[in-house]
Formats: sequence, C-alpha cells, structure tokens
Amino acid sequence: MSIKAENLVWKIGSKTVIDGISLVAEPGKTLGLLGPNGSGKTSLLRLLAGLKRPQSGQIMLDGEDIRTIGRRPIAQRVAFIEQHAATNSNLLVIDVVKLGRFPHRSMFSGWTPADDAAVNDALEQTGMAAKRNDRWQSLSGGEKQRTQLARALAQSPRELILDEPTNHLDIHHQIGLMRLVSSLPITSIIALHDLNHASMFCDRLVVMEAGKIVASGTPDEVLTQDLLRDVFSVEARVEISPHHRRPHIYFV
Amino acid sequence: MTVTADTGGARRAFGQFLLLGGLLLVAITGIALVVGISVGIGDLPIPLATTFSAVTNRMGWTAIELNRIHETVIWDYRLSRALVAVFCGAGLALSGAILQSLLRNPLAEPYVLGISAGASTGTVAVVILGLGAGTISLSAGAFAGAFAAFCFVALLSNGARGGPDRTILAGVAASQLFNAATSYIVTTAGNAQQARDVMFWLLGSFGGVRWPEFALVSVVVGFGLIACLLHARMLDAFAFGDETAASLGINVGRAKLALFALTAMMTATIVSMVGTIGFVGLVVPHAARFLVGPLHVRLLPACAFTGAIFMVLADIASRALIPQQVLPIGVVTALVGVPFFCLILYRYQRVS
Repeated sequence: MSIKAENLVWKIGSKTVIDGISLVAEPGKTLGLLGPNGSGKTSLLRLLAGLKRPQSGQIMLDGEDIRTIGRRPIAQRVAFIEQHAATNSNLLVIDVVKLGRFPHRSMFSGWTPADDAAVNDALEQTGMAAKRNDRWQSLSGGEKQRTQLARALAQSPRELILDEPTNHLDIHHQIGLMRLVSSLPITSIIALHDLNHASMFCDRLVVMEAGKIVASGTPDEVLTQDLLRDVFSVEARVEISPHHRRPHIYFV
Repeated sequence: MTVTADTGGARRAFGQFLLLGGLLLVAITGIALVVGISVGIGDLPIPLATTFSAVTNRMGWTAIELNRIHETVIWDYRLSRALVAVFCGAGLALSGAILQSLLRNPLAEPYVLGISAGASTGTVAVVILGLGAGTISLSAGAFAGAFAAFCFVALLSNGARGGPDRTILAGVAASQLFNAATSYIVTTAGNAQQARDVMFWLLGSFGGVRWPEFALVSVVVGFGLIACLLHARMLDAFAFGDETAASLGINVGRAKLALFALTAMMTATIVSMVGTIGFVGLVVPHAARFLVGPLHVRLLPACAFTGAIFMVLADIASRALIPQQVLPIGVVTALVGVPFFCLILYRYQRVS
C-alpha cells in the first residue's frame, strides 16, 4: 500500500464532512474517487495530501503516520493539484513547473542538473515543452491544467492527488489528461465526475456519499445500475463496452 | 562530459556573479546620483561636485577646501534626509510587493490595508499621550499600532471567509477605524500646536529626519531586504494560493506570519519617522514587475531600487514644485499614485 487511510473523521464546526473513511491506494495504480457534489471528495483529498489534519483516524504513507512526517518531506513524495489553480501573476510556464522543485531544494541550494532533468521530463510528458516560455495568462484552460500537472510531476512524486482535473477541459484534453495520468507509474488518486472516464481510466473506484464510502472495488464491481440510482439519482444501463472491455454507462 | 558540464556551470555562475556585481554597481551609482541631486536642491543650491567632495572629505579620502555653510547644510540636513528617503522608498516598495504576493491582490500595500493608519495611531499615542519617549519607543508604538491594524484586517477578512478581494475591504475598514482613533487622540488630548504638527506629519514629511533616524531605518530596511530575499522562492510558490503553497511543502501559517511581521516592522519604522506616505508600495512593485517579471528573486531587489529612486524624486518634487514651500510628501506620491491605482483597479476588474 502506498497511501492508507483509517477511520478518518473531519468536521467543520459541528458539521461532519468526512465520516469514518478508510481506504487503500495501491502502488502504481489509479484510484478514482466518485460521488455527488458535496459528498466530501475534495475534503478527503486534502486530508490525504496532508493539507488538513483529521480530528481522528490516521493516514499512513508507506506505513509511516503522516503526522510524524514534516511538510517538506511529504511534498517531496506527494503532489497535489487543486481544482481551480488560478493566479493573477504572469509567470512563464517554465517558472510554474520549476515551483515543483521547491520541496527538493533548500533555501541556499542552487539549481542542479537533477532539477533541470525533472523539469524537462515533466514538460515532455505533459506536452508543454514547446510552450515553456509562454506566459501563464496567455494559456488556454487545457494548457493551464497541463502546466499544473507538469508542476506536480516535477515534484518527482510517488503519489499524485488530483481534484477534478478535467473540469473545464474540452473532450480531447479530458481524454489526453486521463490517459496520461493513468499511464504514469505512480500512485494516483483522482476525484472525478465523469463516470465513463472513471470506468475507462481507473483501476479501482471509491464512491462517496455524505462523507461516507458507499461502494469500492474495480469499475465493474462498483458501477452498477442500482448504485447509480441510489447515489447519483440517475437511471442508467451499464454494459461492457466492446471497445475497451470495461463498463460503459448509458443514461436513459 | 561531466567536466565540461561542471566548467560550463562554473562559467555560468561566474557570469551571473559578474552580472550581479554590475547591476549592483549601476544601482548604487543611480541612487548616489539622485541623492546628490536631492542634496543640491533647495533655498541654497549646492553643486553636485561640492556634495561629492564633502562626502569624500568626511570619509578622510580627500581634503578639499569647501564653503563651511555648504558643508553644514549637506551634513546636518540634506544628506541624512535624502538617505532616509532612499530607505523609506525601498522599505515601502518591498512591503507592497510582499503583501501583493501573499494576498494575491494587485491593490494590496501597507497604506491601502490600513497598516500605515495603524502605525500612525500608535505613533500619535506615544507622542501625545506621552507613552515613553525617543526614536525607539516611537517605532515600538508604531509597530504595535501596525500590528493591531494587521490583526484587525486578518481577522475581518478571514472571518468573512473572503478571498483576496475581502482583504481590501477589511483594509478600508481598518484605515477608517485607525484614522478615527488618531483624530480622537489628537483632538481630545493634544493642544493646537500638536494638532497642527500631527496633521503635517500624517501626510508625510522628511523635514525632521537626521542621522539617528537614518541609522534605525537603514538597519530595519536592510534586514527586511535580506530576509525578503531569503524568502524569494517561497513567495513565488504562493502564486497559486495557500493550498498549492502548502502542497509544495511550505508551512503556510508560519511563513505568512513571518512575512507579514516583516512588512509591519518596516512600515511601522518608516511611518514613525516620516508619517504615512501612500501609494509607493502600490505603484513601485507594478512598475518593477513590468520591468523584470514576476519572479521574486529579481522583483524584490528591483522594487527596493525603484522605490528608493522614486521616493528621493518625490522628495525633490515636494521641495521644488512650489518655490519657498515644502509640500507634504504624501501629497506628491498620491498625485502619482491615485491615477495608477485607478488604472490597476480598472484592468483588474476586467480580468476577473
């Protein structure tokens, strides 16, 4: 196991947002996090990335309690992409990607060839190499999201946490981003809304409702007509697609 | 292969070192030039060469015969004034740059956020209510006021669950509150002469500053500049907000507290000496960003340099615009700053 959560509880005031969640993300696999709006996906991702502390329960990174690891060592292995990464500053793409090396550098250390290699690899993988000297404000939505992904990859993470990364992207970029993330040899946890994408690109799925996990398993175990009706309130038919041999959902 | 890579790296480092040294030399020469011009302007015009000789004489490098009155005016009045203006401009511009980055708002600066108003309340409390005396206790009072204003803004903007826009509104409230407090203290506890002095000081004036003020402000702003430069990369990492900064391994709470305290300290020291000078912290970082881009390792020194030059020029303008009369420096900076503020506000709203 790469990330393991046990009995997480997180409250804002008296409202319980995360209510006793346990899950395991296996190394190198892509874990999809599904659930209606307000079911607690974003909050869970923040807990898993170590950005918020749960009131009870614990999170283990390779068997080590995340509370005993400092912020910087966590950032050296866990990368996080928030839902709307916006800025009014007009950085170059290359400078944004270089931010990913921040946790690997001390206050006084210079820029090393290893840093350079990580940044170049990240730019190549995300297809942003040609745009490296473009300004952030001149990028399209898809390019901004790919730049954020490149920044996260430059962190050389072993775990990648993404919060609805395909929001606001056109279908070409949605598929491209999901394909890239699922092909990476690192552990990924992705919050998603598109159930068919979840089916196609995730190895395992976890479905949340009102801060609890209501289903988990492989896509064909989880994505059933009953679950879609109970959790997402939609009538649907689920068939195995002849194209990718995974469940495909038809909304009726 | 590795050898050539290493020598290439070393050559590049040496090149950067030379470039850095060259830029530093240009910056110091530029500042020295405007300081020289500033020293020369006034009821008693003094040529640049005389000022230069006076400085080298005092350093013990030369022994040129000079007019005694010139030398006194240079040393006892104008040089300390010009040098304090250098550090005040640098400090206010740095504070503005840091606040704009941390709050992610292009309109943030100590004056707009009410930090200057808080500092002036603290200073007035020390002067009129007589809490302690001397330059240090003035600065301490200003710092307490600045920090109180900052806490007020932070609590109000957090309590309102607001984004960066709310911070500006909270700053407006803080300005109003602390300006009211200042007026209250002045009208209830001060006499007519004190009230007039305070009113003049509130708009900013380099009139009273001498070498002790220079010593304090140079140490505080010098320390501030070095501390900011050490945090330059961290400030870059705040570009996408607190969440992304935290995910990059930054202890956001601690970093923000340290940097805010630094801006409060610089602002408070400056306000306690020369009053509230607005819009320097707003205009200069934008101009500097336009020149050197948004990366803080370049932006911060550029802000310090541009702020220093801008402030000395503003001081020159305040003395030269109307013959036989000195305008408050805040009037000059506001005349330049307010149109600029409107421009940024207009552009900012169109973007968002």
